[in-house]
Amino acid sequence: MRRIEVTCILCPVGCRLTVTEEDGEWKVEGYGCRRGLAYGLEEAQNPSRVLITVIPVDDGELPVVPVKTSKPIPKNLLLKASKALAGLRVKAPVRLGQVIARNLLDLDVNIVATRSIKARRDRVEADGQK
Amino acid sequence: MPTRRVDLLVVGGGPAGLAAAARASELGVRRVVLVDERRWLGGILPQCIHPGFGLHRYGRDMTGCELAEKLIDRVSSLDVDVYTEAHTVRMGYESYLSKTAEVLTPRGAFRFRAKTVVYAAGARERTCFEAGIVGSRPAGVYTAGEVQEMMDVWGILPGREAVVAGSGDVGLIVARRLTLEGVKVKAVVELMPYPGGLLRNVVQCLEDYQIPLLLSHVVLAVEGSKRVESVLVAEVDENLRAREETVKRIPCDLLVIAVGLIPRVELLAGAGAMIDPKTGGPVVNEFLETSLPGVFAAGNALVINDLVEHAMEQGELAAESAYRFIEDGGFRSASWKRVRVGDGLRFVVPQLLAGFRDVKLYLRASSPSENARLLIPELGKSVRLRSVRPAEMITLTLKAEDVLKAERLTVKLV
Amino acid sequence: MLDRVVVVGAGVVGLSIARVLSALEGLEVVVVEKEADVGWGASKANTGIIHSGYDDDPVKYPNRARLAVKGNRLWTTWAEQLSIPVDWCGSLVLARSSEDRRVLRELLARGIRNGVPALRILDGEEVRALEPMVSEDVVEALWSPTAGVLSPYEATVALAENCVENGVKILTETLVKGVRVKDGSVEGVETSRGFIGARWVVNAAGLYADEIARMAGVSDYTITPRRGEYLVFDKDAGPKPSRILFPTPTPVSKGVVVETTVAGNLMIGPNAVDLPRDAKEETYTTKEGLAYVWREASKLVKKLPGKREVIRVFSGLRPQPSGGDFIVRVLEEPEGFVEAAGMRSPGLAAAPAVALEILRLMRLNGLDHGFKKRWKAERRAGLRIMGLGWDMLEKTVSRNPSYGRVVCWCEGVTEGEVVDAIRRGAKTIDGVKFRTRAGMGRCQGAFCRLRIAAILARELGKPIWSITVKGTGSELGVGDVKSLLEGEDVAD
Repeated sequence: MRRIEVTCILCPVGCRLTVTEEDGEWKVEGYGCRRGLAYGLEEAQNPSRVLITVIPVDDGELPVVPVKTSKPIPKNLLLKASKALAGLRVKAPVRLGQVIARNLLDLDVNIVATRSIKARRDRVEADGQK
Repeated sequence: MPTRRVDLLVVGGGPAGLAAAARASELGVRRVVLVDERRWLGGILPQCIHPGFGLHRYGRDMTGCELAEKLIDRVSSLDVDVYTEAHTVRMGYESYLSKTAEVLTPRGAFRFRAKTVVYAAGARERTCFEAGIVGSRPAGVYTAGEVQEMMDVWGILPGREAVVAGSGDVGLIVARRLTLEGVKVKAVVELMPYPGGLLRNVVQCLEDYQIPLLLSHVVLAVEGSKRVESVLVAEVDENLRAREETVKRIPCDLLVIAVGLIPRVELLAGAGAMIDPKTGGPVVNEFLETSLPGVFAAGNALVINDLVEHAMEQGELAAESAYRFIEDGGFRSASWKRVRVGDGLRFVVPQLLAGFRDVKLYLRASSPSENARLLIPELGKSVRLRSVRPAEMITLTLKAEDVLKAERLTVKLV
Repeated sequence: MLDRVVVVGAGVVGLSIARVLSALEGLEVVVVEKEADVGWGASKANTGIIHSGYDDDPVKYPNRARLAVKGNRLWTTWAEQLSIPVDWCGSLVLARSSEDRRVLRELLARGIRNGVPALRILDGEEVRALEPMVSEDVVEALWSPTAGVLSPYEATVALAENCVENGVKILTETLVKGVRVKDGSVEGVETSRGFIGARWVVNAAGLYADEIARMAGVSDYTITPRRGEYLVFDKDAGPKPSRILFPTPTPVSKGVVVETTVAGNLMIGPNAVDLPRDAKEETYTTKEGLAYVWREASKLVKKLPGKREVIRVFSGLRPQPSGGDFIVRVLEEPEGFVEAAGMRSPGLAAAPAVALEILRLMRLNGLDHGFKKRWKAERRAGLRIMGLGWDMLEKTVSRNPSYGRVVCWCEGVTEGEVVDAIRRGAKTIDGVKFRTRAGMGRCQGAFCRLRIAAILARELGKPIWSITVKGTGSELGVGDVKSLLEGEDVAD
């Protein structure tokens, strides 16, 4: 039997759910509402999160661009995915929504810029120096 | 020196200020100027690269950066005169229909004379000194917001092993952010017996990564001469005093200070506005008008919000009030009732009600409880709340006619 | 023999001496400093008070008594020449009991003996007329109009800039490891950057003076650190006294002071805690120390602002000499070894007088250089944007837009001022802070530290993470944001 503890985050009450699985049969205990029941099952069977991080930018007005995964990825792969992105660099300019990398860890997920970063020339002009 | 006459001056280009400028312009306010100190608009949104923004308002989950660009695009499409890198040196109340602001920018020094002002200068973070942390003062002690900016704007890794003081939302989010870049977060230390941030952040930022949350603990001191080498942490008793026998040393090279925000009201106070010691922000009426007629406040400069939507709706209400002030030449006199903050609550905003309009109250609970009731005895009003957390702002809308007929108003939580 | 003098220690005393020696023709002056900037020892963390000189017993502590009074007067000229903001606000020693009143009379008598002008004892009513915030139980006060307040770190920076303009070399992050003595004469100092030959070595090493002395074979005194803790309030918090408020002193210390700094912040402190001799870096603050300062300050005034108005606490170490008095001397053995050590309070007040005294003693011992024909007494301070009138401000910004770009919001410091500070020698975030006040306001740098680091990175051509707060070992970060992940194997 597998047993997974889940804290429901759907409302401030924060029910402590216990999800168990035996021979393919899932059971949730401790939920306070129907939504909590569904959440408990999802978190036990397929917990996933959007990964957020930054990617270094070459020749940009700022040195990094924030990015996210185009959809949630399995929770246990977050750190691995973050490490997999560590060598990546991107050249300015970067547009909001621009795909920086495709098919991360064969998960059929893209890495998408969440901020626009201009090329450095703009910055030097804006600063009025150098 | 050039003096620019404007109808509305918005001080601050974060979510509240952007929402105010856009709303005012859409309502038809003619000369709208927005000034902001930073190089980019959006306030602190651009350093918030995590999702969780805009769900309530736009029905989709965005990161702070994404929401910022959306708000900036909206203002750019309207007739709003935007000054970035524009520092307001001082504000003054000249007359009922004229408020002044001296603004310094790389493109010149300007004096504005505005019929109305929406003050949305945001908040600042409490420092380690304000948190009562003693010891040495080396590199490696940063506020949570500063850590966000370090990592996600400037691309700096602030340390290898971290302790986070305070479990407010920013502290929790930074703990996760550090973890994802390979930093070992040894503990998040919270003075109170309950977490300071939203539950979803406790789960998704700490529990997901097995980061220890030390409740009823306090960071006492920093050690290390050039760089942080360790911090001293202790358990506290029920009076929040450190128990000496529990002091332990946690080696780390980074201490993140996430012990709350304080509204930035210096300019307002300098112009003569009354400040509410409970919120740290200005005293406002149901138009979000401060004690200076025609000067309105919104966002974290008004009250520390936990949802960006609240800051934005305050900005919009302030803009609507400014529009009305300009059109009508101000508001009628009335018998304003000062809302009394009863048991169980830290504050209520707005502080003054007259019943000109329906009003949304923002309240914060003093401590967590289950099955609480929010009471306004004078109105016979009672609202059941299944669960109350100090981290989550409570809102309550009152009808104008109810407010109008009440002699006094007390709000309490039992 | 090289005609060079090496001054060990770039504090207010060492730099005052270097300034005076820089007026001599044909003498090379080199100042060596272990920290990354000038004035980062005892000089930066104190009350900033230029005492008028009634405190010290001329029999027990002749140097302290004599040099404070003389130094106080010299500062009026020096501060003007060096554009050091100073407030000659005067001081009040407050008496709260009949015993205190007896002590005030002793102080008055001592002040008269020491040659302090304009002292007068005021009754309680007069005191409260001058300073309405003073506590109701104050019965008398010793009024000393010649006392003043300056910013001690601005003073050291001003001295350093003036020294450099007059040809002095200041070597920072240079640790003295030995004093080379041959045949009874000094030959120079061994440093972390190599040997520097010199005919004279001046020991102005503050807390470390006893260690430098031992390197030269001199061991007739020790220096122990005496810690003092301070609290600084928001500049909008008040009331603030117009004059310096002292309690009636005890034999150990002048007590906890209530003062308004030249920048306009209410400040209280210090306490006095003697530390072990080797605790020369322990500038820690403690809960107990700060609570003591608060209690003592509360006795002098009707009401302090709320604790929430405190924006910073800090501590400084005063170098307490074993004999009690300043050590100001030129030794016969080893020849060429000069000392200005044990410069506890009133060391800041005395510094210019100490420098002139050192010159006099060196002359008696064979220093025979004449004065330069061209020596610059004046030093121009950097531009302070917030101190300008609006018209001047407009002109300045139109000439140089960076003077319109405010980086420190709390204190209103612009990029132009930061760049100027860097060109004048600031290499670190603290260096910029002590020259411009950027980061000294209520947010304590949380808003501006990174913008300042970005300017430093640009001007010094370094990666932003490697910019230091206060020299090597205090880098802002540990690398680029990906530096931990890139080094690692990708593992589950």
